[in-house]
Amino acid sequence: MRLFTKIARTGIVTESLPAGAADGVSLARDIEVRTRALFGRALAIRAVDAGSCNGCEIEISGLPGPTYDMERFGLHFVASPRHADLLLVTGPVTRNMAVPLRKAYEAMADPKLVLAVGDCAHSCGVFAGSYAVAGPVASIIPVDVYVKGCPPEPVQILSGILAAIGAVEAPKAR
Amino acid sequence: MFAMFGAGALLAVVAPSGRSARWSSMVAALLGTIFAVSLAALVLLEGHAWSLHLAGVLEPLGGVALTVDSLGAVFLGIVGLTGAPAAVYALGYVRSLDTQPRGRMIHAVFNLFLASLCLVPAAGNVLTFLVAWELMALTSYVLVVSDPTSDDGARAGLWYAVMTHAGFAALLAAFLTLAGGGATDFASVRAHASTLPSSQLTLVFVLAIIGFGSKAGLVPLHIWLPRAHPAAPSHVSAVMSAAMVKLGVYGALRLFFDLMPPGPGWWGGVVLAAGVTTAIAGVLYSVADTHAKRLLAYSTIENIGLIFVGVGFALLMRGYGYAELATMGIVVCLLHTVNHAAFKTLLFLGAGAVIHGTHSASLESYGGLLRRMPQTAVFMLIGALSLAALPPLNGFPSEWLTFQMLVAGVGQSASQLAILLPLAVAGVALTAGLAAVSAVRLFGITFLALPRTPGAASADEAPRTMRLAMAFPALLSVALGLAPSLVVPRLALVATDLGLAPARLNAGLALALPAVGSRYQPLLLAGLIAAAAALTLVLVSRRIGRRSRHADDAWNCGRLIHSPRAEYTAASFAEPLGRVFAGFYRPTQQIRIEVHPVSRYFVRSVGYQGTLAPWLEQVFYVPVVAAVRRMARRAGRLQTGSIQFYLALLPAALVALLLLSTWLR
Amino acid sequence: MEQPLVVALQALLLVALGPAVVGYVRWLKARMQGRRGADILQPYRELRKTFAKEMVVARSTSWIFHLAPFVLVASTTTAAMLVPVIVIGPSADALGDLFVLVALLMLGTAFLALGGLDPGTAFGGMGSSREMTIAALTEPTLAVSVLALALTSGSTSLGAITGGLVETPGRALGPGHVLAFAAFFIAMLAEAGRLPVDNPSTHLELTMVHEAMVLEYSGPYLALIEWAAAVRLTLLLTLAVNLFFPWGMARSLGPMPLAIAAASFAGKVLLLGAVLAALETRVAKLRLFRVPELLAVSFTLALLAAASAVFVR
Repeated sequence: MRLFTKIARTGIVTESLPAGAADGVSLARDIEVRTRALFGRALAIRAVDAGSCNGCEIEISGLPGPTYDMERFGLHFVASPRHADLLLVTGPVTRNMAVPLRKAYEAMADPKLVLAVGDCAHSCGVFAGSYAVAGPVASIIPVDVYVKGCPPEPVQILSGILAAIGAVEAPKAR
Repeated sequence: MFAMFGAGALLAVVAPSGRSARWSSMVAALLGTIFAVSLAALVLLEGHAWSLHLAGVLEPLGGVALTVDSLGAVFLGIVGLTGAPAAVYALGYVRSLDTQPRGRMIHAVFNLFLASLCLVPAAGNVLTFLVAWELMALTSYVLVVSDPTSDDGARAGLWYAVMTHAGFAALLAAFLTLAGGGATDFASVRAHASTLPSSQLTLVFVLAIIGFGSKAGLVPLHIWLPRAHPAAPSHVSAVMSAAMVKLGVYGALRLFFDLMPPGPGWWGGVVLAAGVTTAIAGVLYSVADTHAKRLLAYSTIENIGLIFVGVGFALLMRGYGYAELATMGIVVCLLHTVNHAAFKTLLFLGAGAVIHGTHSASLESYGGLLRRMPQTAVFMLIGALSLAALPPLNGFPSEWLTFQMLVAGVGQSASQLAILLPLAVAGVALTAGLAAVSAVRLFGITFLALPRTPGAASADEAPRTMRLAMAFPALLSVALGLAPSLVVPRLALVATDLGLAPARLNAGLALALPAVGSRYQPLLLAGLIAAAAALTLVLVSRRIGRRSRHADDAWNCGRLIHSPRAEYTAASFAEPLGRVFAGFYRPTQQIRIEVHPVSRYFVRSVGYQGTLAPWLEQVFYVPVVAAVRRMARRAGRLQTGSIQFYLALLPAALVALLLLSTWLR
Repeated sequence: MEQPLVVALQALLLVALGPAVVGYVRWLKARMQGRRGADILQPYRELRKTFAKEMVVARSTSWIFHLAPFVLVASTTTAAMLVPVIVIGPSADALGDLFVLVALLMLGTAFLALGGLDPGTAFGGMGSSREMTIAALTEPTLAVSVLALALTSGSTSLGAITGGLVETPGRALGPGHVLAFAAFFIAMLAEAGRLPVDNPSTHLELTMVHEAMVLEYSGPYLALIEWAAAVRLTLLLTLAVNLFFPWGMARSLGPMPLAIAAASFAGKVLLLGAVLAALETRVAKLRLFRVPELLAVSFTLALLAAASAVFVR
């Protein structure tokens, strides 16, 4: 019962998105209006770790929690790419993960989106040129949105997802 | 009818070529079974018995008398309905043995087997019954050991022969006690039995349970069943499982409800408890087994347990004086007998088709057979869903009636049954749930996913005669599931013929118990399910047709190759239940790890072997077998090898017999 | 003639309300976790989105993969027709009683298990195996609970059980009633796939039971399966409130009784849903091999309920 008194005392701790939340978010290509309309209120996300150092993972793992509460925007994580609409990729794609990442993308049902999180996913980050790295995410699968940072903050990742479904404005990447 | 079977046997032996032997003998068998079914239907529909007395044959022992009353007609009908598809099936199944004399022998003996199966429910006196019983045992023994290439065929035959003859001895003693030295036709036996004291009746009860129980497969007398049924050819296994073990039920019903006067209630309690135990033990072993036919044999044991729940309930209620509940017990028992005969025939014939196509009997080597054997898969799906007792197929009405019967029993009967009957409800429910697991596992591992061995990948569909043979019990299962009222009223008549009260059971479009208001409407339910599915399909089909893509691989977490090695096997499917019931299974496992000689951290291979300890045998049978061996060794000391000793034994035996006969006079 | 209409409308109500009940429980859990969460209608949006997606079918599957979602939806909908939601009536009993309902739910489970085995993936087989095991172990509890209810009301038909309790509320005072409710509640958690038996929102495949069977489904089939799961939960919650606390249900079809019955049904389901949400917040998922212990506890409770029903008679 102590749990429920604690719940009552704590209340709702969710924070609304701050002003500079969309820093570092950029669109790699235009997203179809029809796709945005379809995913506007409900989006299923599958996260793939393509060889990351887990710094981005720790930031992502804060998203379902009380502070950032991705569920209030209709976002939720799923286990299988067949159920997913958005593929959330972290890490410079290592050689071993190149084929599985490709297979995860192909297993998804259309329409689908890809969001690359972190500097590694964008341009291999600090691991660029390593013998174990096959290339950035865009060299394996087509990317729709980038969220740069090492690691990006949870609000930035959240804004990136919202930009993919059109709930937040973001500039085009160059 | 018997002329047909005789002709069939003869034709099998004398026909000019192997192929014509097969066709002529099986056609004769088919005609014989059709005669049997027509006779049974005639008796059931007209309501009076058919009898025939052959006075000249074996007169000193009582002559050969045949009587088919309503109880016998039900079982005769079951034999016919099971034998007919088996005969058609054999046309395609045993084709490979055409050139060998073994093939002719199998056809001839199969005809004799069917003849003896028809004789048992038609027997009108003790002699005919016992002769038919023994003939049934002998012919099925020959068929069990008919495959010289199988290793366990001979051992299975040995177990079978010993157990069936032990049961026969018990039955002989029981019948002789009942007849008491007088005339042996059933009417005189009935009259004499009503004069016996209750201690002798109890002795007969125990002997009958041992004799008929071992034929039917009650635990712990079931040991021969999972050995003998897989060893026999598949059409023979189907008849054995669907018809022969039911004759154990027939014998029990004939003795307890017809020949013997009503006994005390505790008889019913014993049979009920034995039924529930058998059902749970049978289904637990069937869930864990990986041999296709042995799995089905254990499932037969489970269903026999459920049938004996009905018999035990009827005995119990009659003993406590609740006549209508006793009738319900008989109806439930007979309905489940008919339903089980239908779907077990189907399953065994289907398993035989799969074994025929893949040349392997192990569940672990199947997979993806739905694509290679599409029609067999449909038949096996119907059989598996019936086995799982799911509506609207025919396993469900008998299970539903079993529950209703037990609930009515708790509600209306004495409070000393207040513990036994709810436990019986729980036992039957657990059995039903586990049977569903077994059915899903059987169908899913065999027919779905990818082939696990090259044999499964290149399996051939069964020949047309085999598929035709499977279609008949499949249609019967569906019909009995959608319209159980086709047979329920006739089965209720059997109960009244046995002298019990009429059943309070409405069997129209729905099965209804007017006293309590519970109903089950299979046709309407099936119609609603089909309508709901069709409506959903119509609503969704536009989306499916337009936007659908075929992928090469299933999602397997991005692995490079989608290998069948990653699929769930039959053993792994049953593993959670194996853990839950580890106290029952007593599993043992052996793990062998082979390491590289340079360093023990480089593992070359890991071998795993898991077995289920056959503790039932160790507890019940190993001591008996050991004792018999000890006695045989001691008796062997008589073989001294000296001729004078043997010659001296002869007058000694003569003197002993003379003294014995004087003492007995 | 209005009786089939009543049955159809009640079933339609359950089918339509299914996702809303799931959304309500999710919303409550979110609030208890200190976050805002999505609103009650979110599952409808997810279903609408999933319906519109493409469907990907692997080549290792067969027609069983296609058949399974339809059989699941059809059997769950037919089971929904048997449940008295607002009106107590003998009309639904023309189809079947409580045993038939349990068997229909098992039909859906069996086909979903076959659909999980069909693609030939390891997780599909794992989900099928676990789901069938739990369903098999739940059967004795459900059967003996039905027995306990039937002993007090004299019949296993749903109309008789609910009608009997409404007419003689005194029956609910016995210990058997509470015990039977507790046993049924635990069995309901197992059948509907909720904590502590199965976590409906887990992403770890090794902890999945129901989810693991549907990992391969996508598009409209996935939407059908999710909908059927939501209807199943709603159906079981409705059974729990209406079999054990049926007061307020309408016995006639007048506007006033119907309004009262609808309000009381909504109130009871909201209350039981809140209890479910609180339970799911408080407990953690049980390890799979501890689930049979939980089911054995519920079986013992059911057996005690049946025994007390016999002796109190």
